[in-house]
Amino acid sequence: MIRLEGIEKVYRTERIETVALADINLEVREGEFVSVMGPSGCGKSTLLNLIGLLDTPTSGSVHLDGTRIDSYQDKALARMRNRQIGFVFQTFHLIADLSVVDNVEIPLLYRRMAASERRRRAIEALDRVGLASRVHHFPTQLSGGQQQRVAIARAIVGNPRILLADEPTGNLDSQMGHEIMAILKELNSELQTTVVMVTHDARLAEQTTRILRLIDGRQVN
Amino acid sequence: MLRNYLKIAIKVLLRRKFFTVVSLFGISFTLVVLMVATAVLDHVIAPLPPEVHQDRTVSITRASMYGEHSQWTGGAGYRLLDRYARDLPGAERMSVFTSPDQVYSYPNGNKVGVALKRTDGEFWQILRFDFIEGAPYTADDVESARPVAVITRTTRERLLVGAPAVGRTVEVDGQRFHVVGVVEDIPRLRMIPFGEMWAPFTTLKSDSYKTELLGGFSAIVLARDRAAIPGMQEELRSRLARAELPDPKHYTTLVAPLESTFESLARTDIKSESSHAERLWLLMIGGALLFMLLPTVNLINLNVSRIMERASEIGVRKAFGASSRTLVGQFVVENLVLTTVGAVIGFLASLVVLRAISASGVIPYAEFHVNYRILLYGIALTLFFGSFSGVYPAWRMSRLNPVQALKGAAR
Ligand SMILES: Nc1ncnc2c1ncn2[C@@H]1O[C@H](COP(=O)(O)OP(=O)(O)O)[C@@H](O)[C@H]1O
Ligand SMILES: [Mg+2]
Repeated sequence: MIRLEGIEKVYRTERIETVALADINLEVREGEFVSVMGPSGCGKSTLLNLIGLLDTPTSGSVHLDGTRIDSYQDKALARMRNRQIGFVFQTFHLIADLSVVDNVEIPLLYRRMAASERRRRAIEALDRVGLASRVHHFPTQLSGGQQQRVAIARAIVGNPRILLADEPTGNLDSQMGHEIMAILKELNSELQTTVVMVTHDARLAEQTTRILRLIDGRQVN
Repeated sequence: MLRNYLKIAIKVLLRRKFFTVVSLFGISFTLVVLMVATAVLDHVIAPLPPEVHQDRTVSITRASMYGEHSQWTGGAGYRLLDRYARDLPGAERMSVFTSPDQVYSYPNGNKVGVALKRTDGEFWQILRFDFIEGAPYTADDVESARPVAVITRTTRERLLVGAPAVGRTVEVDGQRFHVVGVVEDIPRLRMIPFGEMWAPFTTLKSDSYKTELLGGFSAIVLARDRAAIPGMQEELRSRLARAELPDPKHYTTLVAPLESTFESLARTDIKSESSHAERLWLLMIGGALLFMLLPTVNLINLNVSRIMERASEIGVRKAFGASSRTLVGQFVVENLVLTTVGAVIGFLASLVVLRAISASGVIPYAEFHVNYRILLYGIALTLFFGSFSGVYPAWRMSRLNPVQALKGAAR
C-alpha cells in the first residue's frame, strides 16, 4: 500500500542544513495499523507529510497503491490527496468559520458530487465517530476530544485507503485519547483502512500491528 | 463548484463582520464620492435641457484687451459680439444676452430679488426651455424693445402668487413687463441659460452697451456640426486681430475665447489659444483613479493580512485535495461577492446623497441625477480592483507549501 525507498529529507535554511530523514525504507501493507514513535524532532511528522504527499523528499521515492509518485504536479497531487489519503492532526485544524458538518464536507467539495449527497455522507461520517448530534455546532463550541472526532470524520468522509494521524491524542487527556484510539482501531478493522499514526504514548502504540521507531531521522529496529 | 464558493464566501463574510464592514465601507464610499462628483459635473456640462445642443454649442463669455503694460479683462461687450462674432463660417445660429442682473420687485410691499437676464430672440431658438405657460418673445419683440418677459415657475409664485401669469404685469427695477411665458426653474450652475426672468436686451435703460467691447454680455453660437468649430474659432481670432481698439496706445490686442462650457471651466489664461481642457480631463480622471487606488490598496492590505490569518485553512484545504487553482478561485469569488455588495450599497447611497443635496437647496434649483454610464464604469472598476485585490494575495497563499501553511506560516 505504502512503500518508501531510500528516502532522504534535508531542510536547507540560509545557514543550517537539517537532515530530518535519512535512508528510510519502509513498506506498509494494506490494512496494517502502524505506529511511529521516537523523540521530538526525530522526523516523525516529516515522514508522515511525505507519505501524505504534503511535502517532497530530497531524494528517494514514494509509492502509493503500487504507483510511484514521480510527478509532483499540483493538480495531480491534489487529486491523490483527495482520493487516497485522510489526515488527522495533533491540533485538529478545523476551520473555525465553518460548522461541524461543513468542516466534514471539505474533502467532498473537491469532487463532483451533489450537495445533498455530500451532506448525507458527512452526517454518516459524523455518526461513525458518535457526533451526529453536533452537526450544526461550531468547532469552538466543542471539547478537544469532540473536535478531534470531527477531524476524524473529515478524514474518513471520502473513504480514503490510507489514514495518517500525527499525534492525534497529543492534545487530549488519556481518557479521550483512548476513545480516539478506539475509533481509529475500529476504522482499521472494519473498513480495512491502512493507518499510520505518530504517537508518544507506548500504551497506544502497543495496540497497533507494528511499531516503527525513529531516532535522528533514522529507523531503528 | 461556483455555488459552493458562493456559499463559503457568504459564510466567511458573515463570520468576519469587522473585515466585511470595513471593506464594504471602503468600496461603497469610493463609489458614492465618484457618483456625486460626476453628477455635479454632469449637472454643469451635460447636454440636458435647455442646453440640448450642448455638444455643438460654443460660447463667448469673457474678453480681454491688452498691450505691453496694460491688461483689461472682463465680460464680453455687445459691440464685440455684434460686430465680430456674427455670421462665423459654419455657424447655424447665434445669440447674445447679458449675465443675470440682480433686480428687485416689491409685490405687496415685500422686497423680492430676481436674477434678470436680457436676451435677443435667437436665445429661445438655441436653448429649448420647458414652457409651462405661454411662449417666448420673438426677434421682432426685441427689435421693437417691447417690455415683455418670460419668468420661471418660482418667480411666478413669488411675484404673482398663482397661475396663470401670462397676460399679467410684473414690475422690477422700476420697469413694467408683460409676462408672455413661464418656464421651469433653471439650475444656478447652468451659466448660459440661467435666469429667474428674461427680457429683451433692448429694454436696458441705457444705450451705452452698444459701443462697449468689454461689458456684461455673452454669446452662444450653435455650430452646424462639431467639425465646424475650429474654423469658427480661427475666423473669430483673425477678425479680432484686425479690430479697431479705442485706446491703441495702451491696448494692442483683443481676445475673446469661443469655447465649450467645459473648456471655459478649464481655462486658466485668457490669452492662450487653447484652454488646455485635456489637462483638466486628465487631472480629473487621474484624481478619480488615485482616489480609487486608496481603497484598493487598503483592500489588498486587508486581504493579505486576512488570508495570512487563514493560512492554516489553506493548509487544511490543500491536505484534503484543493488544488492551488481551486483555492485562488475560492478567494476571488469571496472578493467578488464583497465588491458586488459594496457596489450595490454604494449605488443606493449615491441615490440618497444626491437626492439629499438636491433637496437641501445648497445650489439653487439643482437637480442631481446618477450618471448611469459612470456608474457602470465605477462598478466595473470596483469589480476589477476587487478581484485583483483578492487574486494577488490568494495567488501568493495558494503557492504555499501545505506543511508551512498548516503551521500558520505567513511567507
Ligand atoms: N520547515 C522546516 N525547516 C527547517 N527545519 C525543519 C522544518 N520542518 C522540520 N524541520 C526540522 O526537521 C526535524 C524533524 O522535524 P519533525 O519531522 O517535525 O519532527 P517530529 O515530528 O518528530 O517532532 C527537526 O529537527 C526540525 O527542526
Ligand atoms: Mg511532529
